[in-house]
Amino acid sequence: MQTSDANAATIETTGTSEDVLDRTWQSPPGFPGWFLHVNHRSIGKRFIATAFLFLLIGGVEALVMRLQLSRPGNTLLSPDLYNQFFTMHGTTMMFFFAVPVMEGFAIYLTPLMIGARDMAFPRLNAFGYYVYLIAGVALYISFFLGMAPDAGWFAYVPLSTKEYSPGMRMDVWATMITFIELSALVAAVELIVTILKLRAPGMSLHRMPLFIWAILVVSFMIMFAMPPVMVASLMLAIDRTAGTHFFNVAAGGDALLWQHLFWFFGHPEVYIIFLPAMGMLSAVIITFSRRRVFGYTPLVLALVATGFIGFGLWVHHMYTAGLPQLGSSFFTAASMIIAIPSGTQIFCWIATLWGSRPDFRPPLLFALGFFGIFILGGLTGVMIASVPFDLQVHDTFFIVAHFHYVLIGGAVFPLLGATFYWFPKITGRMMSDRAGHWSFWLAFTGFNLAFFPMHQLGMIGMPRRVYTYIDGLGWNGLNLLATVGAFVFAAGIVVFVLDALISMRSGPIAGRNPWNADTLEWSTSSPPPNYNFREIPVIEGRYALWDATGANPHVVGLRDDRREVLVTTVLDAHPQCISILPGPSPWPLAMAASVSVAFIGMLWSMWWVPVGFALTFVAMIGWHWPRHHVRRPPWEEKERPED
Amino acid sequence: MTGRAVTLGLAFVLLSGCDGVQSMLEPRGPHAARIATLWWVMLAVCTVVLLIACGLVLAAVFRGRGSDETELSLKQQRSLVIAGGVVAPVLVLLGFLVYSVKISQAMIAEPANALRIEIVGHQWWWQVSYPGEGRTDLNVTTANEIHIPVGRPVSIELRSRDVIHSFWAPNLHGKTDVIPGRKTHTWIQADAPGTWRGQCAEYCGLQHAHMAFLVIAEAPEAFYAWMNAQREPAPEPQSPSAVRGREIFLNGPCMMCHTVRGTLAESTYGPDLTHVASRRTLAAATISNTRGHRAGWVLDPQVIKPGTQMPPMNLSNEDLHAVLDYLETLR
Repeated sequence: MQTSDANAATIETTGTSEDVLDRTWQSPPGFPGWFLHVNHRSIGKRFIATAFLFLLIGGVEALVMRLQLSRPGNTLLSPDLYNQFFTMHGTTMMFFFAVPVMEGFAIYLTPLMIGARDMAFPRLNAFGYYVYLIAGVALYISFFLGMAPDAGWFAYVPLSTKEYSPGMRMDVWATMITFIELSALVAAVELIVTILKLRAPGMSLHRMPLFIWAILVVSFMIMFAMPPVMVASLMLAIDRTAGTHFFNVAAGGDALLWQHLFWFFGHPEVYIIFLPAMGMLSAVIITFSRRRVFGYTPLVLALVATGFIGFGLWVHHMYTAGLPQLGSSFFTAASMIIAIPSGTQIFCWIATLWGSRPDFRPPLLFALGFFGIFILGGLTGVMIASVPFDLQVHDTFFIVAHFHYVLIGGAVFPLLGATFYWFPKITGRMMSDRAGHWSFWLAFTGFNLAFFPMHQLGMIGMPRRVYTYIDGLGWNGLNLLATVGAFVFAAGIVVFVLDALISMRSGPIAGRNPWNADTLEWSTSSPPPNYNFREIPVIEGRYALWDATGANPHVVGLRDDRREVLVTTVLDAHPQCISILPGPSPWPLAMAASVSVAFIGMLWSMWWVPVGFALTFVAMIGWHWPRHHVRRPPWEEKERPED
Repeated sequence: MTGRAVTLGLAFVLLSGCDGVQSMLEPRGPHAARIATLWWVMLAVCTVVLLIACGLVLAAVFRGRGSDETELSLKQQRSLVIAGGVVAPVLVLLGFLVYSVKISQAMIAEPANALRIEIVGHQWWWQVSYPGEGRTDLNVTTANEIHIPVGRPVSIELRSRDVIHSFWAPNLHGKTDVIPGRKTHTWIQADAPGTWRGQCAEYCGLQHAHMAFLVIAEAPEAFYAWMNAQREPAPEPQSPSAVRGREIFLNGPCMMCHTVRGTLAESTYGPDLTHVASRRTLAAATISNTRGHRAGWVLDPQVIKPGTQMPPMNLSNEDLHAVLDYLETLR
């Protein structure tokens, strides 16, 4: 970001000011141009599409595992392959689906919801996406080369150290984890600055949509949660490649250190996935109940409180490791306390919905599905916060059931509802209500069939992460049921994805505001124009569109012929200055490629690290090359020879 | 094929009928009983909470259908949120917290006069030893089978030979992790005679799924009889075939990993086989300990448990039967 520069030359302008504005904010066309995009809508859509692809891949892995477990002693997957499958399933779903899809929605929606034309650091945004894409592709290439990691998504040492996991599998894992966290961190930086500094005038903090609050809290959580796991995965990587002894017990290292570092990230991670979904739910509930939400302040406080308390729970993943009792009791208390903000949110929504006769359209259905599933998952969460009970069910299928209830109920159902809800804004077309109902009921029924029996499986002795089990333990029927349920659930997801793909081309045209919703993104056309808003609005109330008086106050003075955004104050969103954003650029891709050379090359030889460093340096010079003059991009020169 | 062998195997082992031999819902010791009670209490309370919460959600969205919209007054909304979102959870959680801390305390207080057992987790089996009250000649070492006297507390010290494992016999108690470089500790007690199954609960690599064990609780007399039998060195083989089997055992690769007390085989890399024929299972409670399974295990363990540390043995038919005859003498 560069502040307004008096010396900056203007570009020639022809046509109406709208045409000029459109050209200014246009992304380069064509396939080569694809690599130059920096616009938040482009990047957001890429994140969302890529993440959904990973959801399908991770889902297929889950189905294959369910097939393997459908009967005792099955031989569909060898133990080696099964271990790769569950490791890849966890890694894919947590790192390559859940977090990126939430980031994708945040990146797409944030500027639209706060009345900005783009995000604060457009090129950083693009960089984050390429890093994510490269990490994901590299991980799956390793899978197809038979080098997929096999020590679990949690990669406990010493199992994941060189001694017990020889070969390159865990090197791939450690490197890609470091890499994907980088992507999450840059997205978080980007979102924090955008939300705090680019809100339209009048959108003081207490008028921000709840979704934006959720994203703000999550971005701060990412800032604190990702560094520990990056440090840990880097320590693991160099333990393996350079022979350091952070985790080597025989050389004075420690096996539990990894668990602390990993779960210090790993537990907040759950809330990093869950809180954006809470923001989505608030948006859906407000729109479909056609009401102002009850308890805006408690809802915001609940998000913030969850963000803090979420960092105090990590030890409940380690109750069986024999920690002192006083410490464990503290973490029990913290783990239970976190139910209070969740309870508060749920009851605020109930109070809002009460008697509102909402429209039972798919987004609301998915929101209601959330209540049923998530409350159950939350309650089992309270149970396993208790040390003695956890000693029994820890690392069993009870836990598998619990966290799928929390994550699928708490994040995937709201996410599907949100996708249905914002689909018209993103594509300009509506999804089918009928398909929406089908996908909801299939997913809801299948989910419960698949995961409810797992509670009992855990209690009657079935541990997690077993590639098979023997007959005669009473586990057969429930496992078969879970497998059937998993396929029904998958059918629901398939219906949803097909509906989205078909509607993208042939759904009914949506118009600006098909749901009569309150937030700012619905005031612009669907899909939004290149510049998002013709005029930056001045916000008159917490529910921007519902509270608009009709006077249409807006900002004047932003130039049409270069990418200018209005910077406002953090608390009250008073205009402060104008910032000129960079346009399309090849440097994000160059930078991501250079960093990849270092990270991925490290798998073979440490020498790639200095090579990557040198390349990164070059990319950085290109990235920071001064841009006093905003020139018209070359492809436009060609199109407009008369200029 | 593997599956079928495994499947048939255990049906013989677990005489007590199969369901519930590895279940926290059928507690047979004081810890498991307390935890099971805790579970039923929490289940009851949480079911009520779930029904109320879901009922409220449904009431909220279905109320007033077919009539006009209604809205709660601000005061009603506030009371609903405070009562349901704050007061009720605080009360429930406080109750759970106090209850579970009390149970934790009861579980930690270990009674005196406990029997001591040392268990070492290996990839992928359990070494079980009973230190002989200061006398090494009274030591007993066995594998994947924990015999305990009914009604007496048993203090268990856990160590790992390689990676992290977790010791879990759900009918008796929750898990205790087995961590390399540390000693962890737990204690259990069986209130009635019985045989239960336990299993490693921390993912520990390729054959994590087949790292189980049996806990056999017997009346004290039966237990001490077992203990005395286990203290004996291996008996001298009588039949010529068994004698030949011992020769093959001691001159072949077997003795590189296994111990048979009373012979030159003293390696502790694999399970102690001094009284292997007295055990009910092989391969960490994966297959029952029959002659046929022993033959399959000796010839090609990789088929039964792919990735196990035990290599296949290339034995002629005659040699195999000699080894099997010898193993049968190790009662």
